[in-house]
Amino acid sequence: MFAYLLRRVIYAVPIMIGVALVCFLLVHIAPGDPLVSILPPDASAELQAQLRELYGFNRSLPEQFAMWLWRAMHGDLGVSIASNRAVAGEVFTAVGNTLRLAVVATFIGFVLGCLFGFVAGYFRGSWVDRLASVFSVLGVSVPHYWLGMVMVIVFSSQLMWLPATGAGPSGSDDWAWDWAHLQFLLLPALTMSVIPMGIIARTVRALVADILDQEFIVGLRAKGLTHLGVFRHMVKNAAPTALAVMGLQLGYLLGGSILIETVFSWPGTGFLLNSAIFQRDLPLLQGTILVLALFFVLLNLLVDVLQTLLDPRIARA
Amino acid sequence: MSTVLPISSAVAVEPLPAQRSRGYWVSVWLRLRRDPVAVGAAIVVLLLIALAVFGPWFAPADPYQSSMLKRLKPIGTEGLPLGSDELGRDMLSRLIVGARLSLFIGITPVLCAFVLGTIIGIVAGYAGGLTNTLIMRTIDVFYAFPSVLLAIALSGTLGAGVVNSLISLTIVFIPQIARVAESVTTQVRTRDYVEAARASGASPFTIVRVHVLGNVLGPIFVYATSLIAVSMILASGLSFLGLGVKPPEPEWGLMLNTLRTAIYVQPWVAALPGAMIFITSISFNILSDGLRSAMDNKG
Repeated sequence: MFAYLLRRVIYAVPIMIGVALVCFLLVHIAPGDPLVSILPPDASAELQAQLRELYGFNRSLPEQFAMWLWRAMHGDLGVSIASNRAVAGEVFTAVGNTLRLAVVATFIGFVLGCLFGFVAGYFRGSWVDRLASVFSVLGVSVPHYWLGMVMVIVFSSQLMWLPATGAGPSGSDDWAWDWAHLQFLLLPALTMSVIPMGIIARTVRALVADILDQEFIVGLRAKGLTHLGVFRHMVKNAAPTALAVMGLQLGYLLGGSILIETVFSWPGTGFLLNSAIFQRDLPLLQGTILVLALFFVLLNLLVDVLQTLLDPRIARA
Repeated sequence: MSTVLPISSAVAVEPLPAQRSRGYWVSVWLRLRRDPVAVGAAIVVLLLIALAVFGPWFAPADPYQSSMLKRLKPIGTEGLPLGSDELGRDMLSRLIVGARLSLFIGITPVLCAFVLGTIIGIVAGYAGGLTNTLIMRTIDVFYAFPSVLLAIALSGTLGAGVVNSLISLTIVFIPQIARVAESVTTQVRTRDYVEAARASGASPFTIVRVHVLGNVLGPIFVYATSLIAVSMILASGLSFLGLGVKPPEPEWGLMLNTLRTAIYVQPWVAALPGAMIFITSISFNILSDGLRSAMDNKG
């Protein structure tokens, strides 16, 4: 098992370098001279030459990549054009906010998805099953940015129960887990949770249906185990896969939160990306994407490692 | 009806007329036809495509004609059955005419990725060895990005516009389709009939055309139909962010964006374009599920 884990970790390294390369090349596929997009339009020729030297744009691409990667590995992601602050700092604040939203959304999605999936798989073919499968198709098909708007319309504009946008009564700087702050989190998190809910419900349903067909369940029942006892065995068998799917979903939500964050003006990475795109702030765009993509790779790795530890059958396969 | 059949020896046992076995796609179609939900979804998809093709002739009013007097009217206003948008344009007409652009930007990337991804996947799977490793590891890198993030990263750097958003989404979907094509090709490559074809002197091109494509296209086709649902949401999402279609063109994602400010004035009119995206994506998802089970059931 150790050898398998080691192989898996080593395999992640070239992927991470590849991801970094794609992020690096983003600035170079952008139309026009990369320097022009980094400089203010009224920059002097001197400043241009100076920055060209500083960023190494006068060197070959591989050299530039090595320099950029070296700096990035030391936590230097460059300086934002719009705010003139270090990209790394901006990104990490935003990642914190997005993570808070994504973790809560994944948790809601996981709990409800497991519930729906389990009930559907246990009562296969019944009306509960059909209802649950309708819900999961709805969950994966709904444009979540639109769902967010509908949530705002229903709960903010019509019922006036919850605030529509923002991350707290005074911004996101002093987050606390109390109702005053949580009410801002509720709508975006619920909207976001619909996607993992649908996918986890589908997975758990298939898992439960599969486990119920296996002989050991009959054996357990025959030896007189209670429903609860049988249930425990089912959970043990279904948990590794369900948890793995949950981990991946968390990663997708982190990377894909831009649309929901735009609807709810949530000050996370999506919001940062949005402003980076429209102010043509390429260092900020590049840094945010690099951090999110690396997060996703690491999360994938973590999920695989945890899954192997929970279910040793995987390493033997 | 009585179940006891008379045993008649008078009837001569006639050989059945030679019958051509039904084609694979015919049997898939026959199975799909028995699935009422999938048929319903297929009808909705056909209607939407009809709307995209003939929409401009159906639209009751000019979708570009704005009017300051008729801004943000509610659903059911006289002459404006689905209300009007923030510039007083007829919502019904804009939703109908918008089908063309919305479906175009949603379906085109999947079609392009279908062609390119299949080619890349088959080359990787058929060539094997170093070529396979190089192609598949490159694909792994793109796979390591969440698709929404990759789409936004690419179209954000390339700049706003329909062409750029089509390019970005095509790049997002190529790895996914190539992976399916590669795995099926690798399986098929070692089969005895491919070995036999090679032994009898068939060129690689013929083997790919006859044996590989025949096996690969089915699974990829099903996969691509489910990708259309994703693509519709993503493409309209890019327009919603202001990265795709530009105003004043009618496109559902962009309409949703420009109507966002109106959700406190005419909430249900503002939500209409999103409902169209939802209907489209759900129909493609159900159709894809139906196709998958109709094709799995090899009987």
